[in-house]
Amino acid sequence: MIARHGEKVALKERFHQAAWQEKLVMELGRPGRRGVLVPDAGDDIRARAGDVLAGTPESLRRRELPNLPEMSQPEVVRHYTRLSQMVLANNVAVNLGLGTTTMKYNPLVNEFLSRSPKLAELHPDQDDSTVQGILELIYRFGGMLAEISGMDRFTFQPAGGSQGILANALMMRAYHASRGEADQRDEVITTIFSHPANAAAPATIGFKVVTLYPGPDGIPELEALKAAVGPRTAGLMMTNPEDTGIFNPRVAEYVRVVHEAGGLCAYDQANANGILGVTRARDAGFDMCQFNLHKTFSVPHGCMGGAVGATGVREALVPFLPAPTVEFDGSRYYLDADRPASVGAIRSGLGNVQSVLKAYAWVVSLGAEGLREAAHMAVLNNNYLVGRVTAIPGASLSFGKDNPTRRLEQARYSWEGLTADTGVHTMDVHNRMIDYGVQGYFSSHHPWLVPEPFTLEPAESYSQEDLDEFAAVLERVAEEAHSNPELVKTAPHNSTAGASVPGAEAHPAMTWRAFLDVQGQGAE
Amino acid sequence: MGDPATKTVYPYIPNSVPAIKADMLAEVGAATSDELYDVIPTSIRLDRLLQLPEPLLSEYDLRRHVEELLASNRPTSEVLSFLGGGCWPHFVPAVCDEIASRGEFLTGYHDGERSMLGSYQAQFEFQSMIGELTGMQMVSTTTYDWGTAAASSLIMAAQLTGRHEVLLPRTISPTRLRQIRTICGPTMTIHLVDYERSTGTLDPSALSARLSTDTAAVYLEVPSYLGFLEPRAPEIAELAHAQGAILVVGVDPSSLGVLTGPGGYGADIVCGDLQPLGIHMSYGGGQAGFIATPHEERYIATCPTLLVSILPTEHEGEYVFEWVNFEHISYGLRAESHDFAGTAQTIWAIVAGVYLSLMGPQGMRDLGETIMQRGAYARSRLSEITNIVTPVFDAPHFKEFVVNFEGTSKSVAEINAALRERGIYGGKDLTTEFPELGTSALYCVTEIHRKQDIDRLVAALAEVLR
Repeated sequence: MIARHGEKVALKERFHQAAWQEKLVMELGRPGRRGVLVPDAGDDIRARAGDVLAGTPESLRRRELPNLPEMSQPEVVRHYTRLSQMVLANNVAVNLGLGTTTMKYNPLVNEFLSRSPKLAELHPDQDDSTVQGILELIYRFGGMLAEISGMDRFTFQPAGGSQGILANALMMRAYHASRGEADQRDEVITTIFSHPANAAAPATIGFKVVTLYPGPDGIPELEALKAAVGPRTAGLMMTNPEDTGIFNPRVAEYVRVVHEAGGLCAYDQANANGILGVTRARDAGFDMCQFNLHKTFSVPHGCMGGAVGATGVREALVPFLPAPTVEFDGSRYYLDADRPASVGAIRSGLGNVQSVLKAYAWVVSLGAEGLREAAHMAVLNNNYLVGRVTAIPGASLSFGKDNPTRRLEQARYSWEGLTADTGVHTMDVHNRMIDYGVQGYFSSHHPWLVPEPFTLEPAESYSQEDLDEFAAVLERVAEEAHSNPELVKTAPHNSTAGASVPGAEAHPAMTWRAFLDVQGQGAE
Repeated sequence: MGDPATKTVYPYIPNSVPAIKADMLAEVGAATSDELYDVIPTSIRLDRLLQLPEPLLSEYDLRRHVEELLASNRPTSEVLSFLGGGCWPHFVPAVCDEIASRGEFLTGYHDGERSMLGSYQAQFEFQSMIGELTGMQMVSTTTYDWGTAAASSLIMAAQLTGRHEVLLPRTISPTRLRQIRTICGPTMTIHLVDYERSTGTLDPSALSARLSTDTAAVYLEVPSYLGFLEPRAPEIAELAHAQGAILVVGVDPSSLGVLTGPGGYGADIVCGDLQPLGIHMSYGGGQAGFIATPHEERYIATCPTLLVSILPTEHEGEYVFEWVNFEHISYGLRAESHDFAGTAQTIWAIVAGVYLSLMGPQGMRDLGETIMQRGAYARSRLSEITNIVTPVFDAPHFKEFVVNFEGTSKSVAEINAALRERGIYGGKDLTTEFPELGTSALYCVTEIHRKQDIDRLVAALAEVLR
């Protein structure tokens, strides 16, 4: 067992996750129960309105009430509270294993502020004069991200990292179209260790996609890039550091190669948590970038969103930004929707504004020194953990032999050795970790170039004790893989979720009604 | 001056205590944390501190600062607002706020099929309830909003039919139209089909003239952006199907207690927004889209999101859940896919499920009915004002309706400015987006508008237009 200063790291040997055996909501309640009552219109309104349902077109009229649960309010509260207790979330468990997603503390004061009626009850079509406060906040935060990235302007309309990537692909297309080269420049280059959306989003709007693979050092090969660029190149979309945590030190050269071929360079900054205040998109020459506010900037992930893909561009690309933009004329803030060169709208309104507020509050709470401290501590945490994890027999750092440089804020590892010795696979280890009360880890996006992968990202909000505990759990499970592989392969044993009936996954069902049909019972 | 970062201990950064940091640096063999960045060449290193405002280190100062910024906003809760058109004012039950703020749902992410059963179950329950409302058996996880869901539905239709032309009603929400043009425009041809001026409904001859074997999809909105209902929806479905096209119907789910699910009148794909279901408007941040289809392999294979599927366990009546659809979307296919899947709006799916559980069948019926009653009352009262015409379309309406001010000497902007002085946000100005409707505004009335609120609007308008 790993020791720190001679002390043994105590694991949660008797941990068990909440297991309420909670029925599905469709199985709860009794006919006639009500959870909340709808305000009554009153006699005057009813009298004047007449029988509105009778006036509904026959073709659209609902004949039977929808088959929803009929529950009292206490039943609803208890059901959903129980469900919430069966989530090993960031506020509950050490969750530093979800590499590429930057699970960090989500400050509660920011949640509190985002729920103010001064924001929650704003309508997006209100007159600008009545929303000066939120427009100022958005405008200010755009300026802060411009400073952090070196870009000139930001939009917060994209409501996720992938939508931010889409926005960048659209702006690439619009830029080349403005120069009469839209038809010619139909190829986007990306790297295999960049998020899948860097390939998929350009493809969705009609680009052909060229994917670069890493060399022995884990870095996409410059020669391959040089061979790929040409008159058809619209641009490059890549991350740095990539999901391996490896920083490409020659990134500026890559950007130059693409620029010389007439392409644009978009920087997916999903992995920016270790480089805030250290190196900027502009310093490497990028034309556009996107930050995931739900990762790097402390906005909670909400079990898969709300998210924000804050998208920034250089001055020359500002005309192409999604509209409307937030502008300031020296005395008042206003929305500018009259932007003829804009790629258009990809999300209604200004995006997930409540998340923008949370990210703004996080930056303001830290300032320049604090941001740098957050980045440095994320990288220090990661390097500390790299030392602990690579000391575990059977675990290795991906590309570790050919690339001994320090990983930045995350690292991708391999259990190849453990699997060879024990037959235990990475997802088995993942499932067994849960039994010790830590959240499982992220393996890797596909394809798995690194065998038996796992990717850890110990953001700055994890303590040294958290890192020690996490590494000790990994070490324990690796030991168990040798001593009792069946125990690991049949895990988790102390979690809420049991194993499914073998073969059941051949019949997916996304609704209860479909499930009952699949089961041959038929919905009532 | 030294490094100030070593002096400040940050509450969100446990290892910012100098002694701990020093201990960890020693273990990794670095003298300073700067050394950890050796891999980054100095040519691209920032050699100065970022120029950001002085930090507000204490929570109290931060809170005061943000509250002062927000103070100048005048939210709809402080006035009387009739703005809708895609982001709607509805009553949000306290239970929805409580569950939305549960830290477990708020701070969880993914990759937790074995450790996050609660969030997967809540997502599956949401899917099941949306299935009941829409008349469909396959429901997606969230998309970013209705417009994104509509664009993705049209991309699905293109894949399903191998065609690249889509027909949209000219009464479509201008925002959703912009989104569809932005996302589908590069790969599809988009035609707008005209409407009948008297009823707002799609012009059947214009639709027939446009429909062909090149048509991938016909898209309808029920209720329409302008509030009227489309009684010919079943005929439109038949016309589309006769040409082998897909019918995509966009819905406001708060109408589905009184209106039948589009699956009942021939829709192949249903999309819409969850915001009316217990989610605050948040200046547009409460939007979340969904896609619903029949439970058929071809729809599942083209659905552009991850999906949550239920699986039985060895314990009778107990279930687990898993992500499916990896192999059909970008997570599995990368550049061979037709989506931009990723983190979207799941927290709102959970809240929408809470809302529907609270409302139940009778609640959704009551909601739809009271919205229609209040809208009818508002139209009746407003039409008493000289020179105002409402409704503009001779059709049943839901939630929204057009008010025409052509007979007055004032623009909508002038009228709304005068209303604002009286603490009222008038309807959305349609003058630019629907010039053929003249001086018009889109008014929204929901269950939050009481008789005295509507009467106050009528009195204020009468005064403004006098």
